[in-house]
Amino acid sequence: MHPTRKKRLTIVLFLLAGIAIAVGLTTYALRQNINLFYDPSQIAAGDAPQDVRIRAGGMVEEGSVQRDPESLKVEFRVTDFNSSVLVEYTGILPDLFAEGQGVVAMGRLNGNGRFVADQVLAKHDENYMPPEVAEALEKASAGVHKAGDSSGSESAY
Amino acid sequence: MWQFFHKLGSPKWFFGIANRLMPWLLWGGAALLFAGLIWGLAFAPQDYLQGNSYRIIFIHVPSAFLAQSVYIMMAVAAVVTLVWRMKLADVFVKSVAPVGAVLTFLALFTGAVWGKPTWGTWWIWDARLTSMLILLFLYFGVIALGAAISDEKSSARAVAVLVLVGVVNIPIIKYSVEWWNTLHQPATFKLTEKPSMPAEMWVPLLLSVLGLYLIFGWFACLRMQTEILIRERRTRWVKELVLAGRS
Amino acid sequence: MAFDSLAAFIAMEGHGPYVWTCYGVFVLFLGGLVYWSLRQRRQVIAAQRRELTRSADSGMAASRNAQAASFTRVKVSQD
Repeated sequence: MHPTRKKRLTIVLFLLAGIAIAVGLTTYALRQNINLFYDPSQIAAGDAPQDVRIRAGGMVEEGSVQRDPESLKVEFRVTDFNSSVLVEYTGILPDLFAEGQGVVAMGRLNGNGRFVADQVLAKHDENYMPPEVAEALEKASAGVHKAGDSSGSESAY
Repeated sequence: MWQFFHKLGSPKWFFGIANRLMPWLLWGGAALLFAGLIWGLAFAPQDYLQGNSYRIIFIHVPSAFLAQSVYIMMAVAAVVTLVWRMKLADVFVKSVAPVGAVLTFLALFTGAVWGKPTWGTWWIWDARLTSMLILLFLYFGVIALGAAISDEKSSARAVAVLVLVGVVNIPIIKYSVEWWNTLHQPATFKLTEKPSMPAEMWVPLLLSVLGLYLIFGWFACLRMQTEILIRERRTRWVKELVLAGRS
Repeated sequence: MAFDSLAAFIAMEGHGPYVWTCYGVFVLFLGGLVYWSLRQRRQVIAAQRRELTRSADSGMAASRNAQAASFTRVKVSQD
């Protein structure tokens, strides 16, 4: 390669490396601010500030959803399979909200470890499938559960 | 190889090649895209969770995929501009930047409309959505900077540097869903793994991605030809071509 | 066909407005880009043809000069 071109290429590569390092360090320093939500383990460990608007995200624990028959109030536990946090919310839930589904709740953590949400968003994963397949999978995994395998829920996350 | 490289730098040679490629790119791309979209809209099964709203994926993923690929291609062209000073590379960057901007806008728009019924919100400032918005502004910046500097050579270099500075955003877009907690789900297509959907869903998706790729190729050829006609208007071959009235 | 009727296809079980808005905007923007790119090219060619026919009237000498100038330009562009 021609020497001047080699020189130019080196300059371009240095430019790219410099920017990559700068941006990398910035995003590393800001990583907690870039995270959209705290997961229940972080909240249990006390990483999340109290009485400040934050987001909490994870899976809605199976069998934890309790609806108030009189109003739109709902309570459920959000879990990451290590810890869980109790969320209370009054309002309309998104269509995709269900037990075993991912959610991101926005609100405040009050003193006694409850998360009071004013907005609940549904989070879904990248696994798309026809309803029949989902049904068949569920049946199969239910069979596995009966056979005494308890690690099935882990892989669902 | 070097001879080919130099030939590639010749606007006249490119013009002829583009003329021959364009019908294939346009009609092949349109056929693939049409097949993919009709299949996705009417024949693919619905999703067990999202029902029919997931059908937006058949335009959302191709737009987002192309928006990022186009930027990567622009970055390669920017390196060629800076190191080899090849004029055709700059022609490419300036010609496709508006196409990239439209694709990025479409990805953001379809994502917002998809987010409303599934997540419960049009927009959220998570890492994936924000970095995609930055990509849109990068495209705007490239278009504006190219238009603002009238001197061809300085304009080419300034734009190339801007494109290269912005390219760090691409890995951030790609890995945002893995590095940070986001509302956006991980990638549908991964290079190393089987797609996480059945064939009757991913085949139409693949068709529309390929179709949009070819249509992008057509856009690139057409818009580069226009740019070449403007830049080389004083050359004999362009004058003859214009007077002959062909295409 | 994943739908029983045309009406079901339009309605998409309530998700119709979202899905059709997306497809509509997609077709509109890509179509607009096709139209804009083709028109731009046509206009450039038409403008240059006007220019050339006018300069052809104003004498051969001028156009020969322009050609000579352009020839060196091509050479430069190869580097």
